[in-house]
Amino acid sequence: MESNKEKKSLTARLASSEAFLSVAASLICILIGLALGVVVLAIINPAHAFKDGLLVILQSGLKSPRNMGTVLANAAPLIMTGLSVGFAFKTGLFNIGAAGQYTVGAFGALYCALVLHLPWYLCLLVAMIFGALWGAIPGIFKAYLNINEVITAIMFNWIGLYMVNDIMYGKGKSPMYDLATTKTYSLRKAAPESMIPSCGMSDMFGKLQSVTIAIFIAVFLALVVYIVLNKTTFGYELRACGFNKNAAQYAGINDKRNIILSMTIAGALAGVGAGLYYLSTVAEWNPQVSTALPAIGFNGISAALLACSNPIGTIFSSLFISYITVGGTKLSTQYYTKEIADVITALIIYLCAFSLLFKNKIRAVLAGKTRNINVGKGGDA
Amino acid sequence: MFLLLKYTLLYTVVLMLVALGGMFSERSGIINIALEGIMVIGGLMGVIAIQLLPQGASAATIVLVSVLAAALAGMLYAALLAFASINLNADQTIGGTALNMLATALAMVIAKGFNGSASAKLDYSNRAFIYEIGPLTVNVFLFIGIAILILSYVILYKTRLGLRLRACGEHPQAADSVGINVYKMRYIGVLFSGILGGIGGMAYIIPSVSSWNFEVGVSGAGFLALAVMIFGQWKPFRIFFAAVFFALFKSLANIASSIPMMAALGWTQNMYNMIPFIASMVILAFTSKKSRAPKAEGVPYDKGSR
Amino acid sequence: MSEYIIEMLNITKEFPGIRANDNITLQLRKGEIHALLGENGAGKSTLMSVLFGLYQPEKGEIRKNGEVVRIKDPNDANALGIGMVHQHFKLVEVFSVLDNIILGVEPATKRLGFLQKSDARKKVLALSERYGLKVDPDAMIEDITVGMQQRTEILKMLYRDNEVLIFDEPTAVLTPQEIDELMKIMKGLAAEGKSILFITHKLDEIKAVADRCTVLRKGRYVGTVDVATTSKEEMSEMMVGRKVQLVMDKKPLTPGESILSVQNLTVRSKKHGKPLVNNVSFNVRRGEIACIAGIDGNGQSELVYALTGLMKAESGKVFLGDKEISHMTVRERNLAGISHIPEDRHKHGLVLDYTLENNLVLKRYFDKQFSEKGFLKFAEIRQYAEGLIEKFDVRSGQGPVTTARSMSGGNQQKAIIAREIDLGNDLLIAVQPTRGLDVGAIEYIRKELLRQRDSGKAVLLVSLELDEVLEVPDRILVMYEGEIVGELDPKHTTAKELGLYMAGAQRKG
Repeated sequence: MESNKEKKSLTARLASSEAFLSVAASLICILIGLALGVVVLAIINPAHAFKDGLLVILQSGLKSPRNMGTVLANAAPLIMTGLSVGFAFKTGLFNIGAAGQYTVGAFGALYCALVLHLPWYLCLLVAMIFGALWGAIPGIFKAYLNINEVITAIMFNWIGLYMVNDIMYGKGKSPMYDLATTKTYSLRKAAPESMIPSCGMSDMFGKLQSVTIAIFIAVFLALVVYIVLNKTTFGYELRACGFNKNAAQYAGINDKRNIILSMTIAGALAGVGAGLYYLSTVAEWNPQVSTALPAIGFNGISAALLACSNPIGTIFSSLFISYITVGGTKLSTQYYTKEIADVITALIIYLCAFSLLFKNKIRAVLAGKTRNINVGKGGDA
Repeated sequence: MFLLLKYTLLYTVVLMLVALGGMFSERSGIINIALEGIMVIGGLMGVIAIQLLPQGASAATIVLVSVLAAALAGMLYAALLAFASINLNADQTIGGTALNMLATALAMVIAKGFNGSASAKLDYSNRAFIYEIGPLTVNVFLFIGIAILILSYVILYKTRLGLRLRACGEHPQAADSVGINVYKMRYIGVLFSGILGGIGGMAYIIPSVSSWNFEVGVSGAGFLALAVMIFGQWKPFRIFFAAVFFALFKSLANIASSIPMMAALGWTQNMYNMIPFIASMVILAFTSKKSRAPKAEGVPYDKGSR
Repeated sequence: MSEYIIEMLNITKEFPGIRANDNITLQLRKGEIHALLGENGAGKSTLMSVLFGLYQPEKGEIRKNGEVVRIKDPNDANALGIGMVHQHFKLVEVFSVLDNIILGVEPATKRLGFLQKSDARKKVLALSERYGLKVDPDAMIEDITVGMQQRTEILKMLYRDNEVLIFDEPTAVLTPQEIDELMKIMKGLAAEGKSILFITHKLDEIKAVADRCTVLRKGRYVGTVDVATTSKEEMSEMMVGRKVQLVMDKKPLTPGESILSVQNLTVRSKKHGKPLVNNVSFNVRRGEIACIAGIDGNGQSELVYALTGLMKAESGKVFLGDKEISHMTVRERNLAGISHIPEDRHKHGLVLDYTLENNLVLKRYFDKQFSEKGFLKFAEIRQYAEGLIEKFDVRSGQGPVTTARSMSGGNQQKAIIAREIDLGNDLLIAVQPTRGLDVGAIEYIRKELLRQRDSGKAVLLVSLELDEVLEVPDRILVMYEGEIVGELDPKHTTAKELGLYMAGAQRKG
């Protein structure tokens, strides 16, 4: 077997390596997405598209320690929502509800911090549990009523958002709501004991207080998710359900239980994401903007897709998305608006939707050189 | 009471239009989760069209041009979904989600660019769209909506196009085997949904207020329309009744505080906003066993697999 | 004018990695019934798809009445008067019979395309009268029988005034009585001047209706013969390329105690509440092969689902040995001692995107042997997989790490059989284990079933193939509309008798 492998040429080996094809396809998505971004920049303001547009987006993230810190602070929650979506994907479920789970998780974290003044790890735990509960709901609807998880999750995104806003605002009288800022109270003043410790991180990144050990927690959890999915019997069952639900049932795997568990875990991961974000004081919650779900929840879909749902890949895709988003905020408002970065990210996911096509194309190009014909279907009769 | 009726009519028309759009797409076999984004883009282009028209333009011109602009924009945007899911066999749900995200970002970039400022808020006059009938205020979209409802029914059930479209959503291989171009039919279905979604987006934005901040998109109306479509079992008149039901709750959210009896209940706007979503989940839970979605929806059609 | 209405000359059609048609020639005379004979995978369907415009051949030409024609899609085929009844009907279930017939050639107003159905209805009624194709034009497809659905398909062709009619394995889903009726209809059509191409692998049917027969083997043309002057044995030999061993060597039956016993089992449909399995009782003993025979869709699948736990039974009891398993989950039943070779290896049998080794432990990955504290033991799995691959001669590109999807059908089935047999359970349920496989694989699998029987296991075989039903088992239980309508001894029964039971025309105790 081994010797058989060695005989193949490099291109043939690459052509049959799923990992290589996935990475290559994602890179193509990114490149085309950036190219289209430049087109958008050029349409808005052709004179500045390159130097004041693309270069700013691509370079700002590394320009100063503070910017690097911002990238890390935003990447940590994104890794979590990315893991959330990716984990569900592996079980054959599309968790479009990460945004809602994130919202409910944010409430859990902020309530524990601002009202109960619990230590940060307990706040994080509650955020996780709240997210898990919200994730379990679409799982239960799917398992027992066979209602598509996408529909349920969309509905519960909004239900969660309105509910959380209602409680956090409390007609202006909620103990969490700061009339002065029209947002929740800042943890830095109101509940410093609930902040995730920085352990010197903020000093490394230009005294940016929101840089905490959150990024390490996220990376650690990514590793845990990787191990659970690939090395355990539980992960074996989950992936079997994702690939072929019928065969999983046939093998005696309890698919209903696995659907619910998978969505619960996905919800928990999204909830932790919200905890990492708000307990690191990257921003406060604004319960008055009641009509928009948190973008980090949806960007998790981008992170997961770009990483082909691979937990380790999600770390890098999240860093990348966070990086260009930070780049977007550094665009001079004189020429452009920061949402250009969102446009680029959205374009990249649109492209990711057919990354399978890119994969097949790359495979065909590589395999074409070695005439390695072993794919495709024959006539059935 | 007239206020309640006004808002209910307004939202009924919006939800019905967009849900009918979704119906055409799904009946042809393509899940259209991008309705929300299509509404945003349609609404945005409609608003911009109003602003671009000269001051002295007649009401009829304003309505006609801006509605056409919204329909066209919606259609072009839906074409992105059609291209990804029909030509490239992309996952329809993922493609739709991407388009929803893109729509909000794009709308902000365009709105801000159009304003030349850091605000995504556009102002416009909606006088051309509004009619007073006795004590009741109605908008032009009510008439457009009724016309489209009847037209949708006729197209779907009484014409050759409708028969072929439905065949593609149920059994594309069968349609293909009798020489029907499945790709073309699905394109027609998705583009129809773009037209109706675009008009629906405009119907949502224009009649009630005279300025709109595109930062909020259309705040879930497209997703609500998706629920209306499912509740309406992909059938035009059922969709109409579902839309009335959902619109009633959405209206209550807007006006509850101004009706003394309801204000006394002490419910917040958030609570009323939540109700249609909760109601749709309850209804879905009870009707899921009987649901008759188009059989082939969501499945890319591949000529090779016939 | 040419003697032939349709000629397919030197057709070659390739798919990636396989040449489905290799230089095939087929000539159809006007007004004849021409059989196209070949095994599964011989290239019959591909050839017909080429004629119907679904595939474009790499080489060769098609002639109609002596003139070369190009058929790019089904529209072209239709324009040339070529129609086809597909093996899997191309009917929209929620449409009426009439809507299905007119679909694609709808009579409608010129300007706005409003449907005009009244003339179409008259034409359909006239056609069904003329050819004896009884069917209600306003009935919904999902409410009518398979036979009526087939008649709808035939009416579809006649409505389009097609003169060349292709029937792709039309009898596979019919009862023997419905088959007789179809044969009459086909003869009637030919007598009216229609030319018919009849794809099958059943020699009796060819003998009954066909004038000539073209035989394909492994994508190649073997020859064309006159049916009247050629014996079944000769045609069979042309089809498989060597004398088939019609009787398998079987040791005498020595049944032991009962392993599976089923008592009054009833399974009801969730959709319409009809009983799919109706009060069924039987048992299978150690050292025997019992076979459930019947036409597809008479409750065999549901019976197996109920036995293995994939579907809930409404009432009745199932015993494995003396243990009642009626209320156990799938996993519990597997562990209690059921091995199951499922009907559909892609749907149930394999996780196609898993590697071969992962598929081989699909039912025992949680064993102590393969896992510890929730973690998989990869080295053990690899070693076990390599053992099974060697023992059962499962061939694949990269051994244990091959993705199951990329393996051939025969080897996929071998992998399932290896996995199920190696579980060492007392009961083996094998559902259509040879479906869609070539002769070599079929022989291998049938022998394996006999080996299990001889080693003292109880085997429950579910089969749709008459020859398999007559050759392999020790006992035949015929299912018809959810009931067991008869128990037959394969040594003392004939295909004809079996057919009467399968069609519900005869029953006993």
